[in-house]
Amino acid sequence: MSEATAINVAARASLWLQPHRIVLILIALALVFCAVFFLRWDWLPQYWQMGLMGIWRALWILAVTCALGFALAVPLGLAQAGGPFWFAVPAKVFCTIIRGTPLLLQLWLLYYGLGSIFPQYPWIRESWMWPYLRQAWPYAVVALTFSFAGYEGEVMRGAFAGVPKGQLEAARAFGMSRWKIFRRIWLPQAFYRALPTLTGETVLQLKSTPLVATISVIDIFAVSSKVRQDTYLTYEPLLLLALIYMTITGILVLIFSRIEARIPVKIG
Amino acid sequence: MKTVLKTFAAALLIGVAALGGVAKADQVKIGVAAEPYPPFTSPDASGKWVGWEIDFIDAVCAEEKLDCVITPVAWDGIIPALTTKKIDLIVSSMSITAEREKTIDFSDKYYNTPTAIIGPKDQKFGATPDDLKGKVIGVQVSTVHAVYAKKHFTGAQEIKEYQTQDEANNDLAAGRLDAVQADSIALGEFLKTDQGKACCDLKGMVAPDDEVLGPGVGAGVRKEDTALKEKINAGIKAIRSNGKYDEISKKYFDFDIYGGAPQSN
Amino acid sequence: MAPGWGGTLLVGLLHSLEIAIGATFLGLLIGTAGAFGKLYGGPVTRDLLAVYTTVVRAVPELVLILLLYYAGTDLINQVLAAMGYSRVDISGLAAGIFVLGFVQGAYSTEVIRGAILAIPQGQIEAARAYGMPPGLMLRRITIPAMLPFAIPGLANLWLIATKDTALLAVVGFFELTLATRQAAGVTKAYLIFYLAAGVLYLAVTLFSNVIISRVEAWSRRGMPSVKEAR
Repeated sequence: MSEATAINVAARASLWLQPHRIVLILIALALVFCAVFFLRWDWLPQYWQMGLMGIWRALWILAVTCALGFALAVPLGLAQAGGPFWFAVPAKVFCTIIRGTPLLLQLWLLYYGLGSIFPQYPWIRESWMWPYLRQAWPYAVVALTFSFAGYEGEVMRGAFAGVPKGQLEAARAFGMSRWKIFRRIWLPQAFYRALPTLTGETVLQLKSTPLVATISVIDIFAVSSKVRQDTYLTYEPLLLLALIYMTITGILVLIFSRIEARIPVKIG
Repeated sequence: MKTVLKTFAAALLIGVAALGGVAKADQVKIGVAAEPYPPFTSPDASGKWVGWEIDFIDAVCAEEKLDCVITPVAWDGIIPALTTKKIDLIVSSMSITAEREKTIDFSDKYYNTPTAIIGPKDQKFGATPDDLKGKVIGVQVSTVHAVYAKKHFTGAQEIKEYQTQDEANNDLAAGRLDAVQADSIALGEFLKTDQGKACCDLKGMVAPDDEVLGPGVGAGVRKEDTALKEKINAGIKAIRSNGKYDEISKKYFDFDIYGGAPQSN
Repeated sequence: MAPGWGGTLLVGLLHSLEIAIGATFLGLLIGTAGAFGKLYGGPVTRDLLAVYTTVVRAVPELVLILLLYYAGTDLINQVLAAMGYSRVDISGLAAGIFVLGFVQGAYSTEVIRGAILAIPQGQIEAARAYGMPPGLMLRRITIPAMLPFAIPGLANLWLIATKDTALLAVVGFFELTLATRQAAGVTKAYLIFYLAAGVLYLAVTLFSNVIISRVEAWSRRGMPSVKEAR
């Protein structure tokens, strides 16, 4: 078994490492070395801690908004796929608005638009919510959650609609209650159908997180902007930032492909 | 395939170049921050840039017969925009500081006003580090005020940096900040608006720190652009002596914003 | 409400649309070349294009925009200088189109590549058997046959382009979002202006959707109807 895999890996490697690729990799390495030696990196020791905090914050926002957004996408998809029209229409309108306007604008609308309305009402200022409403991250989380829900809701609509009718009819014939059908048949099958799109949507969500820096949340993008402003360097912080995002994307794709490989796909 | 790709690349470049148009050698692009910063630079409803600083640089350009065009760029990228030649001159209330002079050059100063702290009306405090202990202070990113606040108000709960001054003001009005530090004239202008009147008042001027706050506001030029720098300096000198500077200032202010003695900050 | 700012917003919208249209066309050019490079190019071309599409799709648009806005225009001038042309002054509009077009190109490459692969291979073989030269084959067979497969993806890219123009506000380019921010900042009526801008963006999207469904129907003429694309 292990021998076979070893041979397999070696064969794949030799297939992949063709001569021209070796040359390309060498050129890439040369470029990286040039970047390391000819660009200025002396600011790194001063900012790396802040950078780690920024990465942590970006990942945290990504995880929370994807989880909340997906939780919101399920009812949005369900309402559009099989709900009565007074559920379906608002869900459709919500998805259309979210998908039809730029996230940056939604973010600013929430933070600067709504945020400037709240303090005019004393009961909001005196409520327990005020300490949260004063900060920027709740607005970032809400905007990104809505965005994820809007896009994924559309996917879930297709996924719910795509579950074969026979499956649901069979469940009904077994005498399952509506809730049980939803929980045991409809949702799991729709989820498996939506799963391949989740990788892409999560990567898109990661790529949206830097926008929160524009409402004064200090994520990794904001840290790189700070380096740019403090040192007047343009390329170095941005190149490193691009590398960080590529690494995170790569890790995300790897994790999702592991998860997908584990889940048995049996779509009828 | 290769030649096809090459011609394609060339066509692409020329296409982009055609869109850009060939550079007019004699045009001077005046970079201003693309945000309302009244009364110095702000867009009016027709998209035209107006304000004291616009009138000022127009007068300087007229004096030196320069063909100047206002080019708005993002404040946090205004120095890279200058060094990569997207603009030729920064006229955006940028203070002359030693830190910035490592990267760019400045003309002589053309105005100098004190730095102020404003805060909510219902709170009483001053502008000393003790007063601002435990407060959330808003400043505009990469300004002398951001540097000053971080150096002197170490006891503050948080110093929040905003892309534009306007956003910091708005967050103060929205109750998200306890204080905003910025140029006294710009803040005075904000306090005159309905929003400013309703929420906030002046808390005081900060203690001087020449090292951070610098000798005043100058026009930023590329280090190699000494000819332009000389022209701007000559222009400033000329409009200072022929009364044009005072004439423009009177339209906006009832005091002298040039700032005489160095201690005025 | 301060009068006159509505006009500013409309000018901003116009700039947004100019950039979105320019970027989509540039993206289509790059995408077509990229797709052919990926399918029929040599091994080096293929690998370089794979790097291009992977990197662009893995890095946030905002970061790419900043990087290309400062570095890209610099680079173009250096390349032009090396090729013997004089240095050009790249306007904000051209820079915006170039930056977004570069990003769109990566996505278009994948869409068009997928569409070409979806053409029944026999059609291309038949064209070759007739001795059609490549240019004629592209015009008569490949493009018309791939369009129905490519249009949904390209339409989606157009919608993304209209929304991505908002990101140019961060580098200070005057488009709808920045116009809104300025108007809101001057008048202090944040909520109203942001809502108005949202309505404008939404109108563009909805109007595009109407046109897109017409174009889609046109490109599918003569084909069996498909209920759901997914």
